[in-house]
Amino acid sequence: MKKTYDFGRILVTLLMLLIGLLFLLPFIWMISTSFKPEIDVFKYPIEWIPKNWQIYQNYHDVWFGEYPFGLYYWNTIKVTLITTLVSLTVSSMAAYAFSHLAFKGRNFMFLIVLMTFMVPNTSIIVPQFLILKELHLIDTHLGLIIIGSFSALGTFMLRQFFLGIHKEYLEAARIDGAGQFKIFTTIALPLVQPALATYAILRFIWTWNDYVNPLIFLRSNNLETIQIGIQKFASESGAFFSLVMAGTVSAIIPLIIIFIIGQKQVIEGIALGGVKG
Amino acid sequence: MLKTEPSRKASRRTKRSVEKGSLAGYIFVAPMMIGLIVLTIIPTILTLILSFTDWSFISGFDKIRFIGLRNYAQLLDDDIFKISFKNNLILLLVVPVQLIFSLIFAVIIDKYVYLKSLLKIVFFMPYISSIVAVAIVFQLLFSPSFGPINQTLRALGFANPPKWLADIHYALPSVMIILVWVGIGFCLIIYLAALQAIPKDLYEAADIDGAGTLTKFSKITFPLVSPTTFFLLVTGLISTFKSFDIIKVLTDGGPAHSTSVVTHYLYNTAFEGLKTGYASSMAWVLLGCVMLITLVQLYGQKKWVNY
Repeated sequence: MKKTYDFGRILVTLLMLLIGLLFLLPFIWMISTSFKPEIDVFKYPIEWIPKNWQIYQNYHDVWFGEYPFGLYYWNTIKVTLITTLVSLTVSSMAAYAFSHLAFKGRNFMFLIVLMTFMVPNTSIIVPQFLILKELHLIDTHLGLIIIGSFSALGTFMLRQFFLGIHKEYLEAARIDGAGQFKIFTTIALPLVQPALATYAILRFIWTWNDYVNPLIFLRSNNLETIQIGIQKFASESGAFFSLVMAGTVSAIIPLIIIFIIGQKQVIEGIALGGVKG
Repeated sequence: MLKTEPSRKASRRTKRSVEKGSLAGYIFVAPMMIGLIVLTIIPTILTLILSFTDWSFISGFDKIRFIGLRNYAQLLDDDIFKISFKNNLILLLVVPVQLIFSLIFAVIIDKYVYLKSLLKIVFFMPYISSIVAVAIVFQLLFSPSFGPINQTLRALGFANPPKWLADIHYALPSVMIILVWVGIGFCLIIYLAALQAIPKDLYEAADIDGAGTLTKFSKITFPLVSPTTFFLLVTGLISTFKSFDIIKVLTDGGPAHSTSVVTHYLYNTAFEGLKTGYASSMAWVLLGCVMLITLVQLYGQKKWVNY
């Protein structure tokens, strides 16, 4: 059958794309500005496609200038990857227990997990700071990782998916003599793989974007992550907007790549879990 | 420990496996529970205790002085706190605006367009990008004299466009525009999922009865997505109380505290003013607001939502 296009539908699509452009223009402006020499930045009419290109020099100045963007990147990748891994492990274990293991106090503990979900981050930073200080974890990446790894949200979200596994699968393995840990790793986890991928991508994005925790728990310049890095760069070298934009583009590129690769997981995961960072 | 003997009798096995399950359960939840207790529950309680003290965390624990409710009383006389709290209340307006736009967009994207998944990605972009990057870009876009937004406005004939973030009257609305812009994608995705769950035959039946598009929206779509609206409303309201990074990077509370919010003032009081006790009392006001919204959710859900 020949595919036919409906004229009205095309019109509505165009209209929505136009509105969608409002959501993309700031990004397009950011990228195009990062490709220009400084004097062209505020030219009007806006040069969406630069007349004079200065990509190499701008990005070279950002990455090999005064601010150690390479180091910021490395710190962020390290903290983000480890946080994602630890959070995935801890959350999936708890989620599995809350969905398939029987133990006393289970509902009560789950209620506690849900309650912690409500507590705004900012309202507990002071005591968190004091606790990390007592543990000598202020100004360390380990401290930052620990703060980011225990997420009620992850537990809640993964539990929804574990609940979808039929008890019979797990029961069969138990009768065959498999231990709980083995059932968890060889049967339960593979069955919720898509959910794990979704949560991993989301946790990666949230940790990469985290600004508050590094701001509060880190002190040394050489430990700082990219969000703190670009903020400092932007406020201290304010007049060089093309460079500031090159820094900002550098900070969000990994996310955009990950989002484009995993967009199906991210969008479905958000829709299913109704989660918020 | 991980292996069970295969030769065990069936009856004993059932009992033992329940016990084993119980032990395994504790082992599986232990890391999460310990983490949450140490990093969330204890801090929440500590914040409450500290809110009754006059203390700075750089001086030792022996310097803690309990002053009862004086911090809370002081909040009532603190002009910056009052402005911040008022701004938080104004920021709540962001949520209904977000919901209206995202529901309209979701209905259109769900039924009336091609390139659905492209549109979803486009609207979702602001949500995944870092708020720091977004704030830095908008600082430039909103820049009063040379920024692209004002240059465009001037070209369109507005001789004196607003100074946006630099003007005490426009700064908070500018922040709100950015918050709407950032949050629409999230609501849109959730609404789309809700729309897909509405049974198609409801619309078919309405078509047979000759119902128009608007009637179908008001009689079918809107009531059936009301649980989603309620969910988005509650999480949205809570998240406006939590917003901190956008304010910190975009305006740092200025000009003249016109964009200060409770989280921002709390941060300044705790880490720059070093008044731990006083900051903790703000933290509990914040917690109180979030709890209030949650309680309204618990009691209101049954009353206002049409299933």
